[in-house]
Amino acid sequence: MKEREDSVKEKGRDFNDVNMQNYKSYVFAVMPKSKHFKNIILAFVVGGLICVIGQLIIEFFVFLGVSRVDATGHASSCLIVIAAILTGLGVYDKIGRFAGAGSTIPITGFSNAVVAPAIEYRCEGLIYGVGTRMFFVAGPVIVNGVSIAIVVALVRWLFFLYC
Amino acid sequence: MKKAKNLNFEQSYIVEGFSIAGPKEDKGNLTGLFDEVLDDDKCNECTFEKAEVAMFKKALYGVTNKAKLNVDDVDVVIGGDLLNQIVSASFAVRNLSPSFIGIYNACATFAESLLLGASLVNSRCYEKVMCISGSHFSTAERQYRYPLELGVLRSPVSQWTATGVGSTLLSSQGTPFNSRVTGGRFGRVVDYGTYDVNNMGAAMAPSAVDTLLNFFEMNGKSPKDYDAIYTGDLGLLGSGIFVDMLLKKGIDMEETRYNDCGGMLFSQKQMTLQGGSGAACSALVFNSLILNELKGNYRKVLLLGTGALMSPVTGFQGESIPCITHCVELSAGEPL
Repeated sequence: MKEREDSVKEKGRDFNDVNMQNYKSYVFAVMPKSKHFKNIILAFVVGGLICVIGQLIIEFFVFLGVSRVDATGHASSCLIVIAAILTGLGVYDKIGRFAGAGSTIPITGFSNAVVAPAIEYRCEGLIYGVGTRMFFVAGPVIVNGVSIAIVVALVRWLFFLYC
Repeated sequence: MKKAKNLNFEQSYIVEGFSIAGPKEDKGNLTGLFDEVLDDDKCNECTFEKAEVAMFKKALYGVTNKAKLNVDDVDVVIGGDLLNQIVSASFAVRNLSPSFIGIYNACATFAESLLLGASLVNSRCYEKVMCISGSHFSTAERQYRYPLELGVLRSPVSQWTATGVGSTLLSSQGTPFNSRVTGGRFGRVVDYGTYDVNNMGAAMAPSAVDTLLNFFEMNGKSPKDYDAIYTGDLGLLGSGIFVDMLLKKGIDMEETRYNDCGGMLFSQKQMTLQGGSGAACSALVFNSLILNELKGNYRKVLLLGTGALMSPVTGFQGESIPCITHCVELSAGEPL
């Protein structure tokens, strides 16, 4: 409590008066910042670890005699199931709080984004709860993903039309 | 700008206070001060919303039992919570005999209910008024942010919604030994243009400064006239900004004991970042720590309930966060 007050006083000493006009820059000066470097390193390590696990699963299926193309699909499914179970057990949110983008960006994060609201809205029933809310976090990702894919495909088509 | 005058109450006695806290809140800095602690924040109910209603009920009966009264003896219940349509408070009093006034000022709801309650008993409209307010981490999180199990990195300026309910029984009849609500001031809505919904402390600090400055301007007092001043849930960063802004306006909070209910509720180890927030913060701390201190250590105390009046919809529509602060002045009764 006391340390924070002193830290704010220290960082805000350049501001003689705080008013509506300079409040935004004042708050920016005194507030604690995200530790970007630490977050990036943690995201890299945890995200990388998830990819290594995925690769191990692929190699396992290849070892069992599955073709490499099919094995990648199997690996994605396995990761999705593992993440869904970890979400249900209440573990994945703790990983996410620690790893940030490292656990959000891989396919496991997508699984978490679908399962978490499904659990949360189960109380409102299967149709109005789970049915309507299941994709409210992941939905925008799908919409934007599809939209951007169309734009990229158009650009590619135009490129090959004239070259 | 014309300013409203401060409120003064002659006979708004505090009969009793009751606090019920979640398990995490009891493991913070105020361990053992709460009247009741939940083992399980779901209260054996199937949903967190039902658990919140159950908590409100426990607090409602808890305070009347503690005062050796019946719920039927209460004339009116004034209360609110953070959920849409303030369902927790109103569901908790359904089919009970007291009248009900449902109020909402986000986390300033408790201070608002104390001021309204004190006005009602002081004017002798009612004899016994119960002020009740609270919040639940899991219901608030779902309404304002993300599903509980979603793995996201929390912003370093974010706060943790406290789970708990506090209730206070006010009466127009009392003895000189009872603590009293002696005055206060309803705040105005202040918006300094903070857009970050994680940074509630920074959004609310200017409104707390505004109300406190107006309160002191109207009654001619300063922090040294009070034994302690508490803000509701500015959190560590918000209370830092609050103290610094006041200092720049010539008011030194070092002259008194200043603390923030949200900032003191959780310990640093609990990873709540800037501390607690939510309607429960001021309600819990007031009904445990502050009422205890008024029975012995402190003579005059100020409670500034701070609230951020945004909704998830306004946030997405690009609106900034308007905030409000209500100031409640409390006096201890004669020492026993």
